[in-house]
Amino acid sequence: MTTTGFSPLFVQRKSFIELNGRRRAYALFDENTATELVGPFDRAESPWLPMQGVAPQSDDGCIVIKGKISGKPAVAISLEGAFQGGSIGEVSGAKMVAALDLATIDSKAGKPTAAILLLETGGVRLQEANLGLAAIAEVIASILELRQHAPVITVIAGTVGCFGGMALAAGVSSYVVMMREARLGLNGPEVIEQESGKDEFDASDRALIWAIHGGEQRVGMGLADELVEDSVDAIGSAVQRFVTAGKPAQHRSEQVELYRQRIADLDSSRQIDPLALREQWRSLDSKGGTR
Amino acid sequence: MSEHIGLRGKAWFQVLTGRDRARKEDPASVLAADATIGDELALFLCVIPNPESRFPCVRDGQVGLEEGYALAYRIREVLNADKDKPKSQKRPIIAIVDVKSQAYGRREETAGLFLAAAASSDAYASARMAGHPVIAFVVGHAFSGGFLTHGYQANRILALDDAGVTIHAMHKEAAARITRRSVEDLERLGQQIPPMSYNVQDYAKLGLLHQLLHVESPLEPNQSEVDEAKNAVTAAIADARKGSTDLGVRWESPAAQQSRRAGIAARALMEQQWKNA
Amino acid sequence: MEQIEFHYPAARRALKQRAHVGVVGSGDMEVSFEPSAQDGAHVSITTSVNGYRDTWKAVFDRFFSRFDGAVNIHINDAGATPGSVLLRLEQAVEETEQ
Repeated sequence: MTTTGFSPLFVQRKSFIELNGRRRAYALFDENTATELVGPFDRAESPWLPMQGVAPQSDDGCIVIKGKISGKPAVAISLEGAFQGGSIGEVSGAKMVAALDLATIDSKAGKPTAAILLLETGGVRLQEANLGLAAIAEVIASILELRQHAPVITVIAGTVGCFGGMALAAGVSSYVVMMREARLGLNGPEVIEQESGKDEFDASDRALIWAIHGGEQRVGMGLADELVEDSVDAIGSAVQRFVTAGKPAQHRSEQVELYRQRIADLDSSRQIDPLALREQWRSLDSKGGTR
Repeated sequence: MSEHIGLRGKAWFQVLTGRDRARKEDPASVLAADATIGDELALFLCVIPNPESRFPCVRDGQVGLEEGYALAYRIREVLNADKDKPKSQKRPIIAIVDVKSQAYGRREETAGLFLAAAASSDAYASARMAGHPVIAFVVGHAFSGGFLTHGYQANRILALDDAGVTIHAMHKEAAARITRRSVEDLERLGQQIPPMSYNVQDYAKLGLLHQLLHVESPLEPNQSEVDEAKNAVTAAIADARKGSTDLGVRWESPAAQQSRRAGIAARALMEQQWKNA
Repeated sequence: MEQIEFHYPAARRALKQRAHVGVVGSGDMEVSFEPSAQDGAHVSITTSVNGYRDTWKAVFDRFFSRFDGAVNIHINDAGATPGSVLLRLEQAVEETEQ
């Protein structure tokens, strides 16, 4: 058997997860419309990392690209997971907040500008602790302002996933797109094992991790909007669809009574079977529970 | 860790509202009460430990699923009730903050704790954006996800000036384990690097705090200390009403202009380049 | 934490465009190439791994024996091996010629 003409789709498919933060962001935009703002040549670096003997990065791990998606103005804010675990510091947080606020200003002036957040992050950068945490509070605030005027679309691909305070940013977003490889949660398995013990969460149990935090589970539970395969085209087209769709009728984080009731109905007497909960919430959703 | 977490929250909630128990429909860990401050009614909120919680991972005062949605529920109740009122009559919302952290549990992660936290953060921010003065009064601990959920969306943040008050991203022991340093090393680092400090006076240098209040006995404040706190909160409410509904004030003070100058420069550059893009 | 600088006055060919490659992950580095304002090339390295000035010098002596661009090179390094450094430099050169 020769290999001529034998080209299964997965061979042709361009992997999204293999791209770095910058390439992921660029891949979303209409051709020739994308410009990077406050990029590596501007050297907006962390003043705090060198004080601790840690090498900074010239973009502080946050890449901001402005351009058009499906012909509509958009900005992508992408965290580089390979730099300090994508964690939020003073400068990376400030870049994110500034880009969101500028999108809000444009949107209010009649030019709705969607924001796409590529969240590859463990949350606060501990070397900048309180400035990182304050920045995350401001990111949440800025998303809440922008989403009133234009969609805020969070994309989580992996391998870092979206954890810590930035999981709240995903939670207040208009839409969340996840790959199967991706994970989303407030606390990662290691920190739960550390704080509450191995019985509470065995961080070496990969099946457990994806059963709880993984993309398929989160989308299945209605806590994220779309599950996408690892392909640049698939992610790009999901983003285009949500940019075009505009604001949702209601935001997930506004549906307090619905989720308050679901938590009240939880049997907390033992650990919860993730698949069973997924089925339960999925059937509630299909009965008109959520959008 | 210094004294029991959560006891200060309950104590201050009690002296400010006269209540120390949750409403019937709320989990025992979430105190919500309308009480007078200055010459108006305000909604006071506090998360306290509930050793009997049906969720084992919140029994020491962590903020979990029930807590996130209960806070969001009570805030949205006020948001709706005051919907058509002019800004000057929107009820202030006062978060009394003494939280250990977010809940670290498998049940919590499975049932989407991140969304419960987001819902509460959303409610606080929405109230602020609608014109309600939102004040956070940190009387004990304010850590990471717990503070993001309960307090960090406030217009103004006040804190007691006391060794028992810590605002930080992660408590010392856990941070030491993760960064592979000793607790002593972390404390030393905190002295050189203000954002890493566990000392609330260093936090104040970051420009995020509206006021530090000194009180002799934080667990049992006397009447004059309670009055001083009430006056400070009342003044913060008035100040919040005069200002904008966003978090811009956190960039404006001389302390912020200094401590956050790298962030300020990045924002200015972003604005300049955005206009030309 | 070390700050290392080198100067190669003979490298004077004008650069077509600037370049940036790499990520400052553990064992890796980022490098940017920009046209230099004056004659010659300048190298500036910020590295979290101390004590390897001679190794860096050897890498750049070798690099500039083949490359003559008038370039300001800036590197943020978190422990890249000499082989990785050369690879990143070559990637950057390629980008300047696109």
